Amino acid sequence: MITTSSLLIYTLVMAGVTYLIRAVPLAVFRKKIKIRFIKSFLYYIPYAVLAAMTFPAIFFGAGEGTSALISACLGVVIALALAMFEKSLLTVALCSCAGVLVLRLILDNFVF
Amino acid sequence: MDNTQIQNSFKKGLKDGLPIGLGYFSVSFTFGMMAVASGIPVWAAVLISMTNLTSAGQFAGLSIIAAGGSLVEMAMTQLVINARYSLMSLTLSQKLEKRFSVPKRLLAAFSNTDEIFAVAVNQGKEIGAKYYCGLSVIPYAGWALGTLFGAVAGGFLPEVVNDALGLAIYAMFIAIIIPPAKNSAPIRLVILAAVVLSCLFYFVPVLKNVSSGFSIIICAVAASVIAAVVNPVNDEENETEQEVKE
Repeated sequence: MITTSSLLIYTLVMAGVTYLIRAVPLAVFRKKIKIRFIKSFLYYIPYAVLAAMTFPAIFFGAGEGTSALISACLGVVIALALAMFEKSLLTVALCSCAGVLVLRLILDNFVF
Repeated sequence: MDNTQIQNSFKKGLKDGLPIGLGYFSVSFTFGMMAVASGIPVWAAVLISMTNLTSAGQFAGLSIIAAGGSLVEMAMTQLVINARYSLMSLTLSQKLEKRFSVPKRLLAAFSNTDEIFAVAVNQGKEIGAKYYCGLSVIPYAGWALGTLFGAVAGGFLPEVVNDALGLAIYAMFIAIIIPPAKNSAPIRLVILAAVVLSCLFYFVPVLKNVSSGFSIIICAVAASVIAAVVNPVNDEENETEQEVKE
């Protein structure tokens, strides 16, 4: 059983560290950066972060086991296809999850 | 003052934030469910979501709390996993309009998530405080409510549904990075570089011992350096960063 006070302290540490990481650069860098390399680096960073977080983790994001892995592959294909057509974040996320769920149920009940 | 270069409509912010908020609901639903399964009470799960507003950091924090880990370990883990936000805040700092004062920036920092950040910087204009506020409101509510619903109702959901929802956040990331990549070879290059590096850190012996938070930072920084060297951004391409003409 976790005590209330320890939960509050854990939460405070989590939130404090996370907030400072976000707040310090935003408050400190108020002038426009002129250096071309830094500007280019900052332009590419969001794509690099999201791409690195997504692949290959997405393939293992739908649970453990063969059927989960195969279903996740379908989810990736659906997400990529809908993103190519520039569908909204929600459409892409929900259709991808729905595809994973349907294939998983089929595989678990009829194949494995 | 020419305002056409500044995006500062609260309503436009709300509209852009709605899909993010709905997506967050499904992701934080999973968080709430996992929190309760780890022995954390509903109120604490919701409090964590309302004070942190970060997916990967919260999931990692959950496992540390459940394992009774030390506070130093908690702080270090959050630092590593969430260090990417400092890079995002740095980028965002370059996109905010002049009247975005320090107190407003200190508030804005709180809701600088992967998705809110991505939508904000893709406006092609400088960002005003009203737009940023509108953009943040629905995702914040979605994140908090999703946690609450997941924590309360999660126990009733079958595991396959839970597993399928685990893909939601990654699908959202794909929906963010693919559309701009369609029309930009430099963006395709940085994505490809990041994915290749990330796969190396996932599968190659020795490299795979690096914690996932660290490896994301290493991969993202390396890929962005490569991209910045190979395809430096032209000022014309990046006209949003020019000073607003009086």
